[in-house]
Amino acid sequence: MSLIAITEVKKRFGDNEVLKGISIDVARGEVVAIIGKSGSGKSTLLRCINGLETIDQGSIVVAGAQFLPDEVHLKALRLKVGMIFQQFNLFPHLTAGGNVMLSQMVVKKTPKEDAEAVARKMLDRVGLAHKFDALPDELSGGQQQRVAIARALAMQPIALLCDEITSALDPELVAEVLAVVKELAAEGMTLVMVTHEMRFARDVCSRVVFMHQGRVHEIGAPEDVFANPRTPELRQFLGVQ
Amino acid sequence: MTYQFDFGWLIGSLPVLLKGIRITVQLILIGAVFGVALGIACAWVRALGPKWLKPVVATYVELIRNTPFLIQLFFIFFGLPSLGIRMSELTAANLAMIVNLGAYSCEIIRAGIQATPRGQFEAGASLAMTPFQTFWHVVLVPALQRIWPALSSQIVIVMLGSAVVSQIAAEDLTFAANFIQSRNFRAFETYIVSTLIYLALAILLRQLLAGLGWMLFPRKASR
Repeated sequence: MSLIAITEVKKRFGDNEVLKGISIDVARGEVVAIIGKSGSGKSTLLRCINGLETIDQGSIVVAGAQFLPDEVHLKALRLKVGMIFQQFNLFPHLTAGGNVMLSQMVVKKTPKEDAEAVARKMLDRVGLAHKFDALPDELSGGQQQRVAIARALAMQPIALLCDEITSALDPELVAEVLAVVKELAAEGMTLVMVTHEMRFARDVCSRVVFMHQGRVHEIGAPEDVFANPRTPELRQFLGVQ
Repeated sequence: MTYQFDFGWLIGSLPVLLKGIRITVQLILIGAVFGVALGIACAWVRALGPKWLKPVVATYVELIRNTPFLIQLFFIFFGLPSLGIRMSELTAANLAMIVNLGAYSCEIIRAGIQATPRGQFEAGASLAMTPFQTFWHVVLVPALQRIWPALSSQIVIVMLGSAVVSQIAAEDLTFAANFIQSRNFRAFETYIVSTLIYLALAILLRQLLAGLGWMLFPRKASR
């Protein structure tokens, strides 16, 4: 059984239908890259999986947690899938450690000492154990994004959603973030990532989804999708003739 | 024309003055703490709260912001007893200041909340926090930090405005000054002294608020 089951999902913003019936199944441990032009609906799809957007039709189920727009179901869903954002979205008034501790204490009611232990472990995992007491302002973009990853991991999700997590970074900082993601993939974390890093998608992902105008246009193993694009839209997107 | 200054009365009037200072300080401390707390609650309602409560808070805020403080004070002290709600001068003064600051600080704090980047709410939500948990743990402190100078000014304004509570015979600093000058007929000197005390209190209050901000909000180690 698939870990994330997306079935016939439709979503519209006013008159604009951005998702026109999307169905994707993600198995445990899979790393799925979603690629496509801006406006193709890839970020919206990702945000729906985390309940940040409502859906108009279809269903999303993550490890038995059905996406329904009420507080109880949203919480259950979000405890299973963590999300990492393009703009990091660290809490500016808390240290790196505080960022990683907060939701553990608030949502899971973890005692402070335990939350701190987890936070130190997670920051160590992303190579930032020494930045526990640093404020987000004092960190580089790449470091902030790694703290954001640690913050999501601290909730022990079974899948992580990455929404263009390297797009706001200076080129020289992209590698350190991707290295962390690669490590997570190697450890068996289920990842769904919207990305523009084609090389990374090719090297690390088990499947690539090409979205076009609100639909899954092509889907397959990276070697197929990148080497033998079947549709003119994907060929154009990849810049191959 | 030469005016002969005489501050000889000062020593004899010291107890009255000190009591006035004590009452004024007490008024502003209680007014600030509960007024800002009320302001935070109202700002939450107006920015993020349940729909049905919004018009209630909006009415309160606009009512207070568009009527004179003195009238609000008279309403509470002289008006409410007609409904059987009676209170001492001091309680009425406290209540009036809380209600007044609550309305003004609501709007200031709301501006701080509404300037919060959407990503902060989304980050809180994605970590399975409820909207209220996100407000309380994520949004509130940076929002207060954003508007802290404006809020501090408003608190000082309310402190200075507290002078009018002498009109319902609450024995604050202005009441004390009026009382003293009616005895010594030295209005000029008496109001010079009380002006200087207000000035000192206001500067002290600003320092206190700046210090509080320094404690509440994180700072870079390098700054």
